[in-house]
Amino acid sequence: MIKLRHVSKAFHSTSASSVHAVCDVSLTVSAGEIFGIIGRSGAGKSTLVRTINRLSLPDSGEVIVDGRDLLKLDTRELLAARREIGMIFQHFNLMSSRTVFDNIALPLELIGIPRKEINEAVNKLLALVGLIPEAHRYPQQLSGGQKQRVGIARALASKPKVLLCDEATSALDPETTRSILDLLKRINRELGLTIVLITHQMHVVKQICDRVAVMDAGQVVECGSVLSVFRSPQSNVTRSLIGDVISSELPESVLQRVRRRIDGRDGDEHPDHLFRLSFVGNEVDRPLLSEAVKRFGIDFNILHGQIDEVQGQAFASLTLLVNASKESLDGALALFKEHDVTVEELSHVL
Amino acid sequence: MSSELLNLFFTSFLETLVMVGISSGVGALMGIPLGVMLNITDEHGILPHPVFNRVMGLLVNAVRSTPFIILLVAVIPFTRFITGTSIGTGAAVVPLTIAATPFIARLVESALREVDTGLIEAAQAMGATDGQIIRKILLPEAFPGIIAGLTITVVSLVGYSAMAGAIGGGGLGDLGIRYGYQRFLPEVMAAVVLILIAFVQIVQSLGDRLVRHVSHRGRILQVKT
Ligand SMILES: Nc1ncnc2c1ncn2[C@@H]1O[C@H](COP(=O)(O)OP(=O)(O)OP(=O)(O)O)[C@@H](O)[C@H]1O
Ligand SMILES: [Mg+2]
Repeated sequence: MIKLRHVSKAFHSTSASSVHAVCDVSLTVSAGEIFGIIGRSGAGKSTLVRTINRLSLPDSGEVIVDGRDLLKLDTRELLAARREIGMIFQHFNLMSSRTVFDNIALPLELIGIPRKEINEAVNKLLALVGLIPEAHRYPQQLSGGQKQRVGIARALASKPKVLLCDEATSALDPETTRSILDLLKRINRELGLTIVLITHQMHVVKQICDRVAVMDAGQVVECGSVLSVFRSPQSNVTRSLIGDVISSELPESVLQRVRRRIDGRDGDEHPDHLFRLSFVGNEVDRPLLSEAVKRFGIDFNILHGQIDEVQGQAFASLTLLVNASKESLDGALALFKEHDVTVEELSHVL
Repeated sequence: MSSELLNLFFTSFLETLVMVGISSGVGALMGIPLGVMLNITDEHGILPHPVFNRVMGLLVNAVRSTPFIILLVAVIPFTRFITGTSIGTGAAVVPLTIAATPFIARLVESALREVDTGLIEAAQAMGATDGQIIRKILLPEAFPGIIAGLTITVVSLVGYSAMAGAIGGGGLGDLGIRYGYQRFLPEVMAAVVLILIAFVQIVQSLGDRLVRHVSHRGRILQVKT
């Protein structure tokens, strides 16, 4: 549905310096999927999605949406193409001078749809986002979650094939975020809408995305199914976004002791090893660790653990400090691998 | 107060109304489009055009910084060209309109600047044309600010119109000067001032009310002159 090929965009400030907001990004988003783009502030996420409806004109590259190269369209064609791409924003961007109803009607008025059809369409959209009672209120009188629902209804008014969401939930509290994400998921399923969603919050990606691209300094450093990115993050940016970089989670005093043990400076027979184990789905329920203890006699200490849901599957990670002989360790690791547990040695990361 | 004097008050008040009414009306007709052009051709506007913007800006500033009493005299040839005469109430309307137009243009420009750029971006994402952005987004969203600006303009024009006496424009200000000052009738002067105060109060509170009525934003509108 969306193909970005070697898209680059730089901003030139008044001085000689320029910011390469997006550098040579290539991405493919399939029809009907929810595609996440995550990265820290300033990574270039907004600039990148804004190239998808040409709100920001790339310096080079190709932007193909639904088979059309947006960069080759003339003004009229571009305006028509934009109607097939809805967009919602962090700060909602609703018109304060229009009621909820009239805000949702705006894109239809712009196309010149007759009033009667507009009224029908808007009433349907109000029902879809659950805002019928608020139809004649002004945005000023709505909560953030309600405003974003108006934004979503407005974006859907021109029956787009793609919905771009720029930090759509970043200004909302966790509960409201969840309800907005549920709504997006429902729209994605019911209308078959392709959604591109920018966020800096991993839990948003976890909750609704099928695939995710991780951006850092204008580049996509990692891209894949959410589960695979969670199970084996390739870059440090991803790790820190997932929140599993050990050093950011353990207190310094603990870290120091862990380092001493890993270096074998604690007088034990064997140096310790730091591992992160990731379990997915049913493996979460298996008593694998106690099995490893019984069979191989390893000693371990749990430093950190969490359990989560990613794409509807239970996903757990455990950070262990393991003390064992070489053979026992190899045996235990083999046992874990056999049961599809991803094992990552983190000793060197410290 | 003699009925003759009462009559004078009445006609003077009408003259003030005519001068202020026509000049603010025509000023709005020219100033609002000018303000829109200043806004959209700005560096961050929807149709940036630095040269046009700079030239217009300079022109607007030039007129705005000319003291009105000088403008009044300086444009006499133009006034004569438009109205066929250089004295009288009709003639005074011309310089008043010339003063009002850039004043309104700046107020409109600043009201438009208050419109969130995110909103314009949202409209562009919807596939709105530039004309639609102006008509459907910018003007409606800035409407309360524009009303507030027009109110300020009317109030200022009441003050300017007092100087119109210099070219025989008449009006309340002129009455105050001629009777109150030159003929030593301080009670006429006082009455003129009281009437003007009341008039400005009424204009301002009507304007404020209208702004409140059309504004659906919680915050107080700020208009910079
Ligand atoms: N219009 C602009 N002019 C100049 N520089 C810009 C402009 N827009 C973005 N940038 C720069 O480009 C870089 C990427 O910005 P972008 O807004 O795409 O980041 P982001 O990942 O969306 O960040 P955030 O999470 O804060 O929204 C930043 O360094 C930013 O300063
Ligand atoms: Mg952003």
